[in-house]
Amino acid sequence: MGAGRLYVAVAAGGFRRYATYRAATVAGVFTNTAFGLILVYTYTALWDERPHLGGYDLAQAVTYVWIGQALFKTLANGGGGVETELMERIRTGDVAVDLYRPADLQLWWLATDLGRAGFELLGRGVVPFVFGALFFDMALPADVITWLAFLGSVALAMLVSFAIRYLVALTAFWLMDGTGVIQMAWLVGWFCSGMLLPLNVFPGALGEVVRALPWSSLLQAPADVFLGRADPLGTYAFQAVWAVVLLAAGRMVQAAATRRVVVQGG
Amino acid sequence: MDDDFIELDRVEKVFDVRRKTGFLRRERRSVRAVDSLSFTVARGEMVGYIGPNGAGKSTTIKMLTGILTPSGGRLRVAGIDPSRERTRLARRIGVVFGQRTTLWWDLPLIDSYRLAHRMYRIPEVRYRENLDRCVELLELGELLEVPVRQLSLGQRMRGDIAAALLHDPEVLYLDEPTIGLDVISKSKVRGFLRELNAERGTTVLLTTHDLQDIEQLCSRVMVIDHGRLMYDGALAGLHEVGESERTLVVDLERELPPIEAAPARVVRVEGPRQWLAFPAAQSAAELVARIAARYPLLDLSVREPDIEAVIARMYAGGTAQDEAEKAVS
Repeated sequence: MGAGRLYVAVAAGGFRRYATYRAATVAGVFTNTAFGLILVYTYTALWDERPHLGGYDLAQAVTYVWIGQALFKTLANGGGGVETELMERIRTGDVAVDLYRPADLQLWWLATDLGRAGFELLGRGVVPFVFGALFFDMALPADVITWLAFLGSVALAMLVSFAIRYLVALTAFWLMDGTGVIQMAWLVGWFCSGMLLPLNVFPGALGEVVRALPWSSLLQAPADVFLGRADPLGTYAFQAVWAVVLLAAGRMVQAAATRRVVVQGG
Repeated sequence: MDDDFIELDRVEKVFDVRRKTGFLRRERRSVRAVDSLSFTVARGEMVGYIGPNGAGKSTTIKMLTGILTPSGGRLRVAGIDPSRERTRLARRIGVVFGQRTTLWWDLPLIDSYRLAHRMYRIPEVRYRENLDRCVELLELGELLEVPVRQLSLGQRMRGDIAAALLHDPEVLYLDEPTIGLDVISKSKVRGFLRELNAERGTTVLLTTHDLQDIEQLCSRVMVIDHGRLMYDGALAGLHEVGESERTLVVDLERELPPIEAAPARVVRVEGPRQWLAFPAAQSAAELVARIAARYPLLDLSVREPDIEAVIARMYAGGTAQDEAEKAVS
């Protein structure tokens, strides 16, 4: 119980740290809204040409866009969560300080990232979504259960998202300069999570593969739960398996990394 | 147990360093950062741990906290093997790095303390007492609500020291705690550490380049170079080991050739003023009498050896010895 309270406190700290920068939040909300508008018009043109593309009607496609904008920072599909900070701490050797604490490194950063994700959901997600709902025809669920099921899927998506980015961050123990890895992760995350286009749209083997990859847990999975296109329990199982596998991989890499901590700047 | 609260027995740490020697070619080389290091520190001692950059100080501290595993030898802190039980040991030690911070950068100072409260599971009453005490002695009262990023270096340092002490650690490792601080901040930090050691009996291991830290705080000093212990004892004893010299400055009536008064030797001449170096162990009175008998003396003064110079000579000696060993082998 004591340990649980510690990580709740860490998460609360993460939430408040990101809440500190109000101007950045306002600018972010504006960006997400503007980007949502661009995508909505692009999708409208596309769905006009090809109705029911990927099995979505236009209202569903528009809803998909605004869900994407609402979750973009929360799930950090393209990066921008705690991994940048962690990589910097590894590079400078500040990670030594983290290791002196009587706390687990992975849980510590998971808690920080969940706090951050929670803030981004409320601070940066709600406004673009409400904006979309006010000005566009959206396919909103009528029952509370679906809304709750959606939030459950978002919570699992946060875990998968962190697990991926934690692995990305740990590469800094070997590479020292993480710029290349971050860019790779950004590109892959952005495309494979369905941020560019819903993964349902992609045909054939490519479609099958991207839908099976962990990134599809980030946006495609919660969006399909929201749109009533996927069974929540099946989706949860898919997301949970990836979360467990990737978190376990993170633990193994972490163990290997801390064994070789030649903490920088001794 | 109390006499060897910290115990190192022939501890070694070897790093494998890979160096690129050509396209896809790597050369492996072992670097011995700590070489057969043995010492003990009793509970409640305050020990200075000094050495030049790269001597192995930080490596030692990292092994003592358990984030580095020794390559050989035996190491215990409070009976615990640090690298095996890092988390258990972490509850009993405090670590302060002058150049790093444990504090939450974006949030008010008090938030980091509340987190420490949870992290170390400090009982409520204890937490209150310790916080109040640190706030008073380190003058943190007005800083608690200030985000850490807005603190000055000295303020942040005091904030970090408080953060390391809220859980009543039995031993405190300080790595350059006064680096970059102004005179007033330095004296505040030193005063606090002295009091902590006297009142709480906290064992302190202090790494520093500032010898005043050692002079004012530590009764015992360990000098390490090239991973080996060069000296372990009282600060005063360093003079003997380091073959230190005192300086006699004499003002003569007029310019004269260098004074002859072996074993003292003239190291500098500036008009009628001459500087003579002589072994610290030799009596100055006898030397002065001999000079006064033969030279027209106006004034004189004796300068005590500079501890920094003594240590610098020791480092240089160590290096020279190493070079000699290399040349032989």
